[in-house]
Amino acid sequence: MEVAVCLKRVPDTASKIRVGEDGKTIDTSDVQYIVSPYDEFAIEEAIAIKERQGDTQVTVVTLGDTAAQKELRLALAMGADSGILIKSDSALDANQVARNLAAALEAKSCDLILFGRQSADDGSGQVGPMVARILGMPCVTDVVSVELLDGAVRVEREVEGAREVIESSLPVTLTAQKGLNTPRYASLKGIMQAKKKKIEEVEAQPFDARFPVKSLSPPPARPEGKIVGEGVDAVAELVRLLREEAKVL
Amino acid sequence: MEPYESVDFFGIEELLSEDERLVQHSVREFVSDKVIPDIAEHFEKATFPRDLIPQLGELGVLGANLEGYGCAGLNNVAYGLIMQELERGDSGVRSFVSVQGALVMYPIYAFGTEEQKQKFLPKLATGEFIGCFGLTEPDHGSNPNGMITNAVKDGDSYILNGNKMWITNGCIADVAVVWAKVDGVIRGFVVEKGTPGFSTTLQEHKFSLRASVTSELHFEDCRIPAANLLPETGGLKSPLKCLTQARYGIAWGALGSAMASFDCARKYSVSRIQFGKPIASFQLVQAKLAEMFSEITKGQLMVHQLGRLKDQNKLRPQHVSMAKRNNCYQALEIARTARDMLGANGVTYEYCVGRHMLNMESVKTYEGTHDIHTLILGQEVTGIAAYE
Ligand SMILES: Cc1cc2nc3c(=O)[nH]c(=O)nc-3n(C[C@H](O)[C@H](O)[C@H](O)COP(=O)(O)OP(=O)(O)OC[C@H]3O[C@@H](n4cnc5c(N)ncnc54)[C@H](O)[C@@H]3O)c2cc1C
Repeated sequence: MEVAVCLKRVPDTASKIRVGEDGKTIDTSDVQYIVSPYDEFAIEEAIAIKERQGDTQVTVVTLGDTAAQKELRLALAMGADSGILIKSDSALDANQVARNLAAALEAKSCDLILFGRQSADDGSGQVGPMVARILGMPCVTDVVSVELLDGAVRVEREVEGAREVIESSLPVTLTAQKGLNTPRYASLKGIMQAKKKKIEEVEAQPFDARFPVKSLSPPPARPEGKIVGEGVDAVAELVRLLREEAKVL
Repeated sequence: MEPYESVDFFGIEELLSEDERLVQHSVREFVSDKVIPDIAEHFEKATFPRDLIPQLGELGVLGANLEGYGCAGLNNVAYGLIMQELERGDSGVRSFVSVQGALVMYPIYAFGTEEQKQKFLPKLATGEFIGCFGLTEPDHGSNPNGMITNAVKDGDSYILNGNKMWITNGCIADVAVVWAKVDGVIRGFVVEKGTPGFSTTLQEHKFSLRASVTSELHFEDCRIPAANLLPETGGLKSPLKCLTQARYGIAWGALGSAMASFDCARKYSVSRIQFGKPIASFQLVQAKLAEMFSEITKGQLMVHQLGRLKDQNKLRPQHVSMAKRNNCYQALEIARTARDMLGANGVTYEYCVGRHMLNMESVKTYEGTHDIHTLILGQEVTGIAAYE
């Protein structure tokens, strides 16, 4: 079986984010990078499938600058077989990213392509479904379990108040939701083995930007809190304000 | 709790290779997820988190800088980073890994026969076997050459007599690497749990390394197969070679402890308001933070080069003495200062600084006390040994 996982290098969710000088991208100085957390679920699922099924190749793909090698290498250390780095030094829009990913994956004829449900930075949640569309595959988003059947796949999604079970033929694209699995740590032996695994590099193609970012601004500063009084005496006033002003009661 | 932030003021991460960074990342995550949440409780109850052992094996940190026999085969900088990350969690957990790798697996690897390596190393690497290292005796600590424990050859066996004290992992060990004199010469032996004449007692009532098992080992006419002698051992230099490996890891580990204390003190001082402003805005507090920050950075630069020297086979034990001595001393000072900066909160288990402070008292003492390393450096600069 051919499985691909698309992953993204994103600022560590613990980093403090500042808007860069261009007003469109973030200031990358002092930023630590990680594999986007939802993508880690996708990587884990692919490796777990490989372990269960045997005879499976897991390719991890990312679009980013050369530094993104590290995130691919982490996925290889977790157990993926090979990597593809689509090199681009500038920020691309979701259309450009999806077209590049689809171009890199087309020749592979994957049975399964996995994504995280959204990236931890832009969070647009579009790239997975767009790649599926370009490659003419069905796509199921936000899956919390994956079971391979003969030539098909049964997945579960959590929908408001219920669990939805969906069966799809292969090939299919899935996006991973939290709860799908617990990603493993890259073992130290895995890290050593990953040094020998191949990462193919290709240049990103100049597809059209369809919806480029025009500006980026930090959220407005939170207004100062209000102290309505102290102790039991303040309760009545607090309840009144919550009811009448904040309208939350 | 806010996520941990390490110190990298001089951009040391840029000096690391990709795999060294990945190793650090993996162990850091492991420590955040698996060590930190329960460690204060273990410390308070004086229990060792045994459930971590197989997980540490799976992660690959046991004997990580050895080649083959199920070991990861990492270089020494990556190995040092592992120690740093583990000790950021707790010195007890790092001690477990140091003893297993540098003091049990290393001597079997360096001084053992092929059969001994095959028999013990793979199981020690996964954590299926736990090891301990018995050098110190009740009356011989800084001066191990004076040890009383002895072994007498008797046919196909050796008969061991003597007592060891302060032995990390002793009571839980499946294999003990024990140092004893044969005709006045120090040799190393592997003694397996359950061998008649070998017993252990738990050393309780410690206020330091409480999340680590410390024990006495007793040998009373303990008969072990002659095949359990580590054949390449001979003289004090053999255990000292092991200690150089372990001290190397401690030099890195102490920095992890120091960074945990610093991180805690910095965050606390920014959020703690007294006299209407954060205590971090007072000059005395800033001076303390600036001092910690500088010492950590100096220590990082030292161990980084120490690691590169070790990888190039240019490392001398005296280099390790300087780094072990300096970094343990600084980590203890930093923990004490951090403890102070947290006021009353600093004496609770809710914050890590008190635990690190207490742990560093042991770490400063074991593997050659601060003063013994001072004398080693004194000998290095003067050519005169002052400790004999
Ligand atoms: C928690 C813990 C775990 C340990 N784990 C192990 C283990 O796994 N295996 C093991 O073998 N040992 C272990 N040790 C023992 C440790 O290595 C010894 O405690 C250490 O070597 C010091 O020996 P000592 O306690 O006998 O002190 P002593 O040697 O009696 O020293 C007491 C004081 O005298 C000073 N001193 C001694 N000689 C001189 C000199 N010539 N000149 C100047 N000052 C001197 C020392 O610096 C120290 O300040 C452990 C210790 C602790 C606390």
